[in-house]
Amino acid sequence: MKYVIMFTSTPELDAAVPPERAQEVYARVYEWFGRNEAKIADGGAELQPAHTATTVTHGPEGPVVADGPFSEAKEVVGGFSVLDVDDLDEAIAIARSWPMLELPGTSVEIRPMVTDYSQFEQ
Amino acid sequence: MSSPDAASAGHPGRSDAASADVVLARVVREEAGRIVASLTRSLGSLDLAEESVAEAVEEALGAWRGRGIPPNPGGWLTQAARHNALDRLRREKRYREKLALLADEPMAGAAPDVDDRLPLLFGCCHPALSPEAQLALTLRAVCGLTTAQIARATLAPEATVAQRIVRAKRKIGAAGIPLRIPEGAQRAERLDLVLTVVSVLYSEAHLVAGGGAAADRDLADDALWLSGVVAAALPSEPEAHGLRSLLLFHRAREDARAVEGELVLLGDQDRSLWDATLLAEARRSLERAAILRRPGRWQLHAAIAACHADAESPAETDWLQVLTLYDMLLAYDRSPVVRLNRAVALAEVEGPDAALAEVEALAPALGGYHLSHAVRAHLLRRLGRVAEATESDLRALELTANEAERRLIAARLDR
Repeated sequence: MKYVIMFTSTPELDAAVPPERAQEVYARVYEWFGRNEAKIADGGAELQPAHTATTVTHGPEGPVVADGPFSEAKEVVGGFSVLDVDDLDEAIAIARSWPMLELPGTSVEIRPMVTDYSQFEQ
Repeated sequence: MSSPDAASAGHPGRSDAASADVVLARVVREEAGRIVASLTRSLGSLDLAEESVAEAVEEALGAWRGRGIPPNPGGWLTQAARHNALDRLRREKRYREKLALLADEPMAGAAPDVDDRLPLLFGCCHPALSPEAQLALTLRAVCGLTTAQIARATLAPEATVAQRIVRAKRKIGAAGIPLRIPEGAQRAERLDLVLTVVSVLYSEAHLVAGGGAAADRDLADDALWLSGVVAAALPSEPEAHGLRSLLLFHRAREDARAVEGELVLLGDQDRSLWDATLLAEARRSLERAAILRRPGRWQLHAAIAACHADAESPAETDWLQVLTLYDMLLAYDRSPVVRLNRAVALAEVEGPDAALAEVEALAPALGGYHLSHAVRAHLLRRLGRVAEATESDLRALELTANEAERRLIAARLDR
């Protein structure tokens, strides 16, 4: 099964992490990608910080363009990858080993991908 | 294999009116989970399999109430479930493909090496499902309860229970939650989740607000049965025996704990009413766990229950041993409720002053928990601080939803 895993963090807590600590964890992120290479169908992308985001939102008179991320939530998505594994337990095992989870305010969201489009056929 | 049900069969104190339904429920319980498991294997869909079995259970309860239980209830349920699955498949467009799956595998007989209800149970108790969903789905898919029975026993609206079950099954399918017994490092953590669900099932039976007399299903008996299923299927898991032992100790005291609908505290119970057979079985389970030499929180809970069971009168309780076991338990579980229970033992070893200090330190975490106020009241009364004790009891009374517990606290206020 394919899953998108989204790496999120809390910017105000990220700012409190000493740079050398951040660098040390970041180095292990590279190792993590190397170690799980066979299970990663698509490395995905790392995103620029949330303050660079622009959101286009539905409006009654047409789309509205605004500064900032879509959600008001404190956590923001910092990147994503695509896993191809047997089941959720395997995806969870890989997500648990994500090195950034040692830092407070971080999380990994696991979402199954739609791969069977037959439900949209009529 | 000895039936895990033997311990609870013919348990006294059950209302006679519901006894016929209790027998039906036991028969269904022995069969339903296995049929869900095997039908899921052949159809590749827990949702479809579980729905078909649940429908068959409803049909069985209707038919068997009138005509009696058929000679081969498992075969009856399997046939009905297969029939229901076929019906559902006919309504789907990829009918032929799936029909082939159903025809492929022989449905009855040929039991697998390991009890195939266990992988199903681990799937139902997966951490990716909410605790309420874990409980409801376990009751329906593994124990064969109907949605209406779950709703009455847990005091949740039937529509809510139905929706929880539907969502949980869809998530299992859509998110790829495996129906498998986890191996390696994950085993212990996941088993603890399963055991927690079984334990909640047991306490739910006692905590039903309003006393629980209205429930037509004895969840405590289901929990006891399920703990036996787990321990029998995973004999080398000491915690499975630990929980089994704990529930047996509790069950053994049940007739002394609830007398004519009134709750009796451990210290006031008539110990001659404790069920010696169940106590012996509880001790055997604890010994089986101890032989495996891997302690854990359920074994420690059971060992504490054993200390109480060993004392012929409350005065003979080995409180130092109880306190020592609580101290060991803290290494696994530092939850405020465990620390509150430890404080009760501390009062017996070091006196009410030390215990009161501990209970007051826990107040911020347990402000809304009625038993925290009840324990505080008990300690204050021992210290002669009667006015404060009354105040704490009144607070406990306000916070208690269960009628029998309310009456117990009210009686103490009247004294």
